[in-house]
Amino acid sequence: MAQGYIGAPIRRREDLRFITGRATFVDDIKLPHMLHAAVLRSPRAHARILSIDTAGARAIPGVVWVFTLQDIGELAIPVPMRMYQIPGLERYLQPLLARDKVRYVGEPMAVAVAESRYLAEDALDAIEVEYEDLPEVMNVRDAMRNEVLLFEASGTNLGAVHEISIGDVAKAFQQAEYRRREEFQVHRFTGNPLETRGLVAQFDTGKNELTAWGVTKLLHYNRQVIASFLKLPEHKLHFIENDVGGGFGIRGELYPEDFLIPFAAMKLGRPVKWIEDRREHLMAANHSREIGCELEIAARRDGTVLGLSAKIYGDMGAYVRTHGGLVPCSTAALLTGPYRIANFHCVVHCVMTNKTGMGTFRAPGRYESCFFRERMLDMMAADLKIDPVELRRRNLIQPEEMPYTVGVTRPGSNPTVLDSGNYPSALERALKEFEYDKLKRLQGRFENGRYHGIGLAYFVKNTGGLEPYEGARVVVGDGHSVAVYISISMLGQGHETAMAQICADTLGVPMDWISVFHGNTDQIPLGWGTFASRGTVMCGSALYLAAKKLKQKILAAAGKRLSVEAARLELREGKIYQKGTEAPPLDLSDLASLVRASVTLNQGQPELEETAYFNSSLMTYSYGVHLAHVAVDPETGMLEVVKYLVVEDVGRVINPLLVHGQTVGAAVQGIGGTLLEQLVYSSNGQLLTTTFRDYLLPSSTDVPPIESVILEEAPSPLNPLGVKGAGEGGIVGTGAALANAVTMALASLGVEVTELPLSPDRIREWIRRRSAHQAG
Amino acid sequence: MSSRRAITLTVNGKSYERLVEARMMLADFLRGELDLTGTHLGCEHGVCGACTVLLNGEAVRSCLLLAVQADGAELLTVEGLARGNELHPLQKAFHERHALQCGFCTPGFLMTAFAFLKETPTPTEAQVREAISGNICRCTGYLPIVQAILQAASESGESSGKSVSTPPARR
Amino acid sequence: MKPAAFEYFVPQEVQETLELLEQYGDEAKILAGGQSLMPLMNLRLARPKVIIDINRLQDLSSISPGAHGGLTIGALTRQRAVERSAAVRERNPLLFATMPLIAHFQVRNRGTIGGSLVHADPAAELPAVTLVLGAEFVLKSTRGERAVQAEDFFVDYMTTAIEPIELLHEIRLPGWRQGRGWAIEEISRRKGDFAMVGVATVLELDGHGSCKDARIALFGVGETPVRMERAEGMLRGKGVGGRTFEEIQKVVSDDLDPVSDVHASAEYRKEVGGVLTRRALEKALLRAREGRK
Repeated sequence: MAQGYIGAPIRRREDLRFITGRATFVDDIKLPHMLHAAVLRSPRAHARILSIDTAGARAIPGVVWVFTLQDIGELAIPVPMRMYQIPGLERYLQPLLARDKVRYVGEPMAVAVAESRYLAEDALDAIEVEYEDLPEVMNVRDAMRNEVLLFEASGTNLGAVHEISIGDVAKAFQQAEYRRREEFQVHRFTGNPLETRGLVAQFDTGKNELTAWGVTKLLHYNRQVIASFLKLPEHKLHFIENDVGGGFGIRGELYPEDFLIPFAAMKLGRPVKWIEDRREHLMAANHSREIGCELEIAARRDGTVLGLSAKIYGDMGAYVRTHGGLVPCSTAALLTGPYRIANFHCVVHCVMTNKTGMGTFRAPGRYESCFFRERMLDMMAADLKIDPVELRRRNLIQPEEMPYTVGVTRPGSNPTVLDSGNYPSALERALKEFEYDKLKRLQGRFENGRYHGIGLAYFVKNTGGLEPYEGARVVVGDGHSVAVYISISMLGQGHETAMAQICADTLGVPMDWISVFHGNTDQIPLGWGTFASRGTVMCGSALYLAAKKLKQKILAAAGKRLSVEAARLELREGKIYQKGTEAPPLDLSDLASLVRASVTLNQGQPELEETAYFNSSLMTYSYGVHLAHVAVDPETGMLEVVKYLVVEDVGRVINPLLVHGQTVGAAVQGIGGTLLEQLVYSSNGQLLTTTFRDYLLPSSTDVPPIESVILEEAPSPLNPLGVKGAGEGGIVGTGAALANAVTMALASLGVEVTELPLSPDRIREWIRRRSAHQAG
Repeated sequence: MSSRRAITLTVNGKSYERLVEARMMLADFLRGELDLTGTHLGCEHGVCGACTVLLNGEAVRSCLLLAVQADGAELLTVEGLARGNELHPLQKAFHERHALQCGFCTPGFLMTAFAFLKETPTPTEAQVREAISGNICRCTGYLPIVQAILQAASESGESSGKSVSTPPARR
Repeated sequence: MKPAAFEYFVPQEVQETLELLEQYGDEAKILAGGQSLMPLMNLRLARPKVIIDINRLQDLSSISPGAHGGLTIGALTRQRAVERSAAVRERNPLLFATMPLIAHFQVRNRGTIGGSLVHADPAAELPAVTLVLGAEFVLKSTRGERAVQAEDFFVDYMTTAIEPIELLHEIRLPGWRQGRGWAIEEISRRKGDFAMVGVATVLELDGHGSCKDARIALFGVGETPVRMERAEGMLRGKGVGGRTFEEIQKVVSDDLDPVSDVHASAEYRKEVGGVLTRRALEKALLRAREGRK
């Protein structure tokens, strides 16, 4: 592969439509006779529904329909689980609209469809509901008492339990010279893409076909489910993505609206648009991250970790949706991280509460487990008086131990095997880039009214795999054009560019010949989707395979045409050359025209094209280090991140501009999430953070100088490109690194961070408590 | 039903006359009535800045204005930045610096930056950061956006700003 | 999030406005900058039956010199205009320094000084600043005109002394006494956010360098901005600096009785209110000493 597009910082070709305001996001789609939907959402956290009266709403001029679960009738199914279907969780699935009970503020209860969104919201105001309030269960501890049940039939709020057992933890703890037990808690927050969810559904009553726009992330799977719901064959549904304003794991999973809007379109015979507003999004789209952990560590006095024992509690919210027990299970799955820990025992609890349901948010479970583990390691280092960096060095898995089998840490899955990595090298590189040796003297120092601290976190992140395949189809057109159809969706990562780079180099054509098409279930029959940073790994690999095969086909056809052995030909920059001769090359487009006209050149196929699927259920593991330097004002609890570094090894970089962009973007998201963001509920179940005035996203003045260093020291052996995913590494270690830094800074005040977020209010509270403790 | 009013306004140099309901948001008017869908709605309560347009030369949040309030006004939206096929220096700089990923916030940032640079043509990095602090981006982490704005400023004149706070991608 | 329906009026003259207010009274809301009202309306937390859009009342948008070196600012004056006004910079350094702290420039392009004051968010800067400045608010209605002192204007949580039929016409600021020290300090989660807690202070020294007069108002700590009268009393006539300010910090903390919200607990506001007061006084003192040179 000579051409050199792969690895080059090529600017994105998709930019033009975005910078000129000509992109097509779902709310930009307008169809004739289109109606607008709005969803009535429960204002109560836990209540029986005594009656819903929609008569007043339906009477408003311009309101076309108002429907409840009853109107869906026999078609009604719950939102299905797709992953991590731990036994027990099937008792907590969400109905498309509330049946006899509401279980969280924001639960959909009815849908109004009108000539405008303004009128649809007027309709919602006119719907009258009678409730019988029930006590609210707002935390895991209360929920597990089972005094108030969310689902009476289930008999419990403990949805499911999953156990992981590797090695002999009891023995490890017996032999330990050092033991420590701590309770940690990560707060509830979520991704908040800037574009909220939305759908446009159009049902062709003549052909019995549905077209839906705004579906994303998992188009094929979603299509399969909705087809089944509407009792139509899959191929009668056309799901189209268009442009998407970010996903971060939140958008694209199936929610009730994904069924309700196509249903409305089918019943009304007119296109229906639904665009979620921000207030809805905060109470209806997946929440994440609220995981508690009771963690015990066993070690030798020299800091060698012998075992970890953990109890994990996931605050699942009121319903289990597509992700099943993923978030708490993923927390457990990589709790041991990049370290050699032969004995690991973990019990995962999925607990139901009267909150919005939980789903994936960028590095789900990994942000949390990194926080738990890296905090515990720093605590151990302080107790044993070992330098925290040295402690990591002693426990990191060494390159010669790769691939390293951790053991079975995922329910019903293959063992977790870390595919490749030079962990010590990434650590040393991070320390060097951060100038850690120079900055170390600042640990715990009080200068100009602030305490300084430097925190470190080491992470591994599974990327790729999870679902077994992705596909790509490459077609040579006439006039210097190549079309690439990919089965993954695009939420802003730049796949249109990265995939073009892969195709260009693998096939041997100039990059500007290539157009990349994505997000359309008609263009490629099957695929899974864009999540777990698997896009480049899975689809890039499929594309590599397709392009390689196509190249062979091309050279075979060219060989026939030129009466030369295919092995004597090469395809470069769109031209087919005869190796070692001065013969003028054959332009690939000319060959394509010839193939169209001939029966024999390409074995009877008029088109030069190839479809390939890449299959792998094995996961690749990116890894790296986060380092944070913070300064804390002890009087106000205000924290400044002075400097931040992410070092990440992604195996192989297709486009450094894109990877760097992902890492910095992820780091800022993580820093904001750790310091500012929180979904807060009142004791009676009201979501208090329903606007951006209360749910605080990081802005430009909250961003520290961030460096991102990308390594390619350990390509993955698991795919032909050697890539690992790059979308999440930048966020995984942010909670841990910042918490470690704050603990270092406030060490002299006795503060040891065990919870997030790191808000000024909490930092002050920790300082206050410690000084009261020390005084008393 | 709100009172309906006739309004006349100029958007991107073109004059429009429409009858609108009083409660219609300016952003919805631009997107729905005039098919200028480049202006986006991210929050509808004046925090995220995705809806930023210029009203009589000033950057404003079009989700907090009623269309009727724009009667007689001159508006500039992202669709009016380029001259035909010639991109504005800001648009070029955003592309060159990879200052967008999903692109949803981008029109709002471009309009904010456009208004800001008119007033402060040679800003420092700190001034740029402050100027865009009323716009939210979830994807890029802001650093490339700051760089893009500084680049556009320096192309249109001399920048007094210091150079990058983030080094380019390294291996 | 679309607003509920309303009837819309856009008067061209103040008198027309007053007559509309007389007619619709508490069914109506004044629409000025819209930066506070429109979010509430989009969220349907406010559903006025009538909107009176006063943005065409050009007479209400003005900054002019007042008596004795003071300033008279029309209620409809955009915050951005106050921010850039040479007259404000010269005549009222505290007000001038406050403006850039308010939200973001896009908001200040439309937001008005009057709108912020009548909206009276307890975490907003301007109400507290008008308290320490001793501002006067001129209210007009069809029944005449009256002036209300700042200390009588902010009555309760987001409630001012303004009657439903009244329009805030202008704000009068007394002359700035040369040599005065001043400071405004606030703690917010992000730059431009409403403050979790903030302090505005004005400090005057006498010939011996002791405190002749001090005014301290905190915002974000109660239903309204709060004057710390006990602390002010303790400062008057005393030598200033170091230990005195530490005592004031304690007094302020003791006297505060804030509420908790998602951003900060009552305890945080109590403590940090004291800390910020100390820091603000230190800065004000430096300025006062500079001013005497």
